Amino acid sequence: MTDVALPAARFRQRPALRRRRTKNAVMTALLLVAVALALGALAWVLVYVGIRGFSVISPSFLTHNPPGNPAAPGGGFFNGIAGSLIVVGIATGIAVPLGVGAAIYVVEYGRGRLRGAIRFFNDVLIGIPTIVTGAFVYAVWVTRFGFSGFAGSIALAVVMLPLVARTTEEMLRLVPTELREGSLALGATRSQTVLRICLPTALPGIITGGMLAVARAMGETAPLLLTVLGNDLFTQLNPLHRMETLSLQIFSNAVTGYEQAQARGWAGALTLIAIVLILTAVARFFGRRVQVENV
Amino acid sequence: MGDRSTGRSWFSVMLPAIPVLAVGLSACGSGAGSSGVPSATPSPLCAGVNTPPGHTNGVASVSGGASSLSGAGGTFVAPMMSIWSAAYNTSDHVQVAYQSVGSGAGIAQVQAATVDFGESDAFMTDSDIAKAKGPVVQTPLVQAPVVVAYNLPEITSGLHFDGETVGKIFAGQITTWNDPAIKKLNPNVNVPNLPIAVVHRSDGSGTTFIFSDFLTKESPTWVSALGGKDKSVGKTIAWPVGIGGKGNEGVSAAVGQNSGGIGYLELSYAVAQNLTYADVKNKAGSFIQPCVKTAANATAGITDYPPDLRIDVVDVSTDADAYPITGLTWALVYQKQTDAAKAAALVNFFNYVLTKGQDVAATADYTPLGADLQKLCVGQLRKITLNGTPVAA
Amino acid sequence: MSPASAGGIAAIERHPLPIALRGERRRLGDSVFGAAVALTGGVVLLVLAAMVVFLVLQGLPAMRHYGFFSSITSQRWAPSEASATLSTPNPYGIVQFIYGTVLTSLIGMVIAVPLAVGAALVITDVAPRRLRRPLSSLVDLLAAVPSVVYGFWGLFALIPAIRPVVDFITSTLGTVPVIGVPFGGPFFGVSYFTAGLVLAIMILPIIAAVCREVFRSTPRNEKEAAVALGATRWEMIRIAVLPRARSGIVGASLIGLGRAVGETIAVTMVIGNAVLHINPSIFDQGATMSSVIANEFTEATEPFHLESLFVVGFWLLIVALVVNMLARVVVRRGVSL
Repeated sequence: MTDVALPAARFRQRPALRRRRTKNAVMTALLLVAVALALGALAWVLVYVGIRGFSVISPSFLTHNPPGNPAAPGGGFFNGIAGSLIVVGIATGIAVPLGVGAAIYVVEYGRGRLRGAIRFFNDVLIGIPTIVTGAFVYAVWVTRFGFSGFAGSIALAVVMLPLVARTTEEMLRLVPTELREGSLALGATRSQTVLRICLPTALPGIITGGMLAVARAMGETAPLLLTVLGNDLFTQLNPLHRMETLSLQIFSNAVTGYEQAQARGWAGALTLIAIVLILTAVARFFGRRVQVENV
Repeated sequence: MGDRSTGRSWFSVMLPAIPVLAVGLSACGSGAGSSGVPSATPSPLCAGVNTPPGHTNGVASVSGGASSLSGAGGTFVAPMMSIWSAAYNTSDHVQVAYQSVGSGAGIAQVQAATVDFGESDAFMTDSDIAKAKGPVVQTPLVQAPVVVAYNLPEITSGLHFDGETVGKIFAGQITTWNDPAIKKLNPNVNVPNLPIAVVHRSDGSGTTFIFSDFLTKESPTWVSALGGKDKSVGKTIAWPVGIGGKGNEGVSAAVGQNSGGIGYLELSYAVAQNLTYADVKNKAGSFIQPCVKTAANATAGITDYPPDLRIDVVDVSTDADAYPITGLTWALVYQKQTDAAKAAALVNFFNYVLTKGQDVAATADYTPLGADLQKLCVGQLRKITLNGTPVAA
Repeated sequence: MSPASAGGIAAIERHPLPIALRGERRRLGDSVFGAAVALTGGVVLLVLAAMVVFLVLQGLPAMRHYGFFSSITSQRWAPSEASATLSTPNPYGIVQFIYGTVLTSLIGMVIAVPLAVGAALVITDVAPRRLRRPLSSLVDLLAAVPSVVYGFWGLFALIPAIRPVVDFITSTLGTVPVIGVPFGGPFFGVSYFTAGLVLAIMILPIIAAVCREVFRSTPRNEKEAAVALGATRWEMIRIAVLPRARSGIVGASLIGLGRAVGETIAVTMVIGNAVLHINPSIFDQGATMSSVIANEFTEATEPFHLESLFVVGFWLLIVALVVNMLARVVVRRGVSL
């Protein structure tokens, strides 16, 4: 933190100085307006979703599926919530080992060009539009095996992998070199050092990164449109079949004209925001210093 | 000198103001939503209860059916399909997961064989079938009118439209509501001076097919604006103007959210969302309110159905009481099934739809198939085979 | 294996750790582990390479049929005309989608970059110290809200709120000949502008987060020097903080741009999905590269429709790759995070 205490004014104010002070006040005010607008937007979104969601949400919303008739009131998004948990769960199971492995390679093993390339392209992969990821998985998987929860998991794993790799890399870098040297000096091999010393030390940060990636995946919609497709009315827990996810359910209810369906959409949006914010908050509690780009 | 107290005092002023500002903004936003007004009272043609047809001529139930089916297709039939699906799950414990993705998607997913059945309000053409993985059995399931819905808060009675005027609106050549052409058709209505927000489909759609088919038959302006009859009708249209909504759902939402909006929808969407819709001029020259009964009139005179049941019923009836923009919607199933359980489940479900399901339709603003056509549709089910032998007994 | 660890084997034999194994097996296990993590590292490269290859392969039939660059020289997307115009011109022109992507991203950037830089400066240099952490967490929270929720909110809260303002603009500035064309009405809520506005909110936190790190890296002594010379707080920011942060801000903006370019669902919900051609007014409906894929992908039945959507995906990937690689290079050069 580089904060500097500014000495208080001691001089008699001259016109030039007054101009400078006025300018300072104006610019400071503008900066504060910027923050106010950013926080205002956040508050507006959260309060709006909160108001519309809370008027609909109830315990039965979390335990029931939508009614067959979209114009009918009541019902809930149980199928979507369950589907999201399964699809994201499998994606996490794929992405975390791969991401952590890639990070271990970059930090502990890699050398030269390959290591640089992996780091660089991992960052690039973070920026790939997720709809493109969806189209890719459609071409590779869906054209052969059809729409399924698992196809969605693959797409989300591609979204999560670089995020997990990135945070894990950051966290492994924070592990003091002395720990590694000490372990090696005691005769442990490199793999033992990584598995027994580096990973445990970096674990809180890795968990943080993983949870932030999960939070991101929970909210992803675009790639799932092309891979999971959706399953409006029924609970489908078998990931080899078409499933519903919470994000898809919010999307389809948001763009419909049925007021009751929109109401369910708001409750779904509130549920999703709650899940994501809880994950984010817990993640931040675990590790305080997390790479900014994974927010 | 910039002392810190300046900064701090700014802060203490600004910070509490933020949530207040936000709440104020959200309050003024929350008034949004579909602002539809109740539609006109039913015309004499539409009044009264719709009688369920009570068909009992289905095939015998096939045993060993799968417990779930995956289907995708038109949004036109989606509300109906949801009701069928829920009812069928209650009675026969089979989950029919129907995804409302648009007719274009229904056909595309049949071609890719990613679903057990597809659904479309525009039947698969020979070139569509050529891209599929085998012969496809197509059977109509139900029929329904496509309504021209609009959002003009002051006008609660059905405006009168003819095909040419609607064609000009959707071609972008009539852009305000108080255009002379609209006034001429509605001399007694005070049409407001509002810009017209045209809403069309952004996805490949059978509803678009039915609607553009009607415009192509009735509006020369529409045909020339689109560059010829080969381009003016189809599941996708090169819309010159307007907002693209996803599915009937999206179109109804966009019409409801825009004062001055106009869009084309399957009837049940407009009814459920209290959108006002127009009376459309038919071939006999009368302005007809769309409803279950006037849609039934539109196909009542047809007797010579082709063997594959691929027939265009849009704007063909000369009946004075027929609503012209009425279409059929087809189920698309591979004829040569390979999975015995799926094949049995498919036959059983569509058998339900064509018999008991028809009784449910009338209560959901869909029009049951006429008796002649329904008989032929049951016949289509018998064409579905498993390893060369028909699935239905 | 370094000499240090070779010497360490003797130490382990004297004080055996539970993890210690025999020499060869240990070395074997070590190299297996090394190979495994190298492989996982390779997955990253593999996925990216496979993405490019598959998008090209899937789009190739359309590219071959109509000509490789024909899609990016035509601004007319009319799948319904594909069977009628089987040869040329290409009915799957995508210039209007590139235009939509660029325009919405630009609107987003014009709004978001100043706000994000301002917010980051408040967090690093202006706000009272105890408020800095909560403030920065709150700004970060903007990034946690899922895209689909922003789209939903945009449709129902944002559009009604901006409608009076935009109606005022279209009825005044929008009626001026020539310069008024980009601001012409009527405004039906969903538009390029609405999408840009939603994008601004979505990319603000990421730009602010990177800027924050950049501003934090300003050496304390330079700030102190500025203050010692009698600079006000704003002068200190202008003299000491901003000049050396310039490339960092550019990099942060590019990262934000990368996000904006690829954003799909929220944009699809509020842009209006007019795919045929470029509409001149920012208050008119349009489409972006990502929105057209989201809308038409699962239902493409016309000849070369699906293939052409893969072509859109391919160019979107290229744009995203270029923007992101540029961003990484600039950020890496500008800050040592």
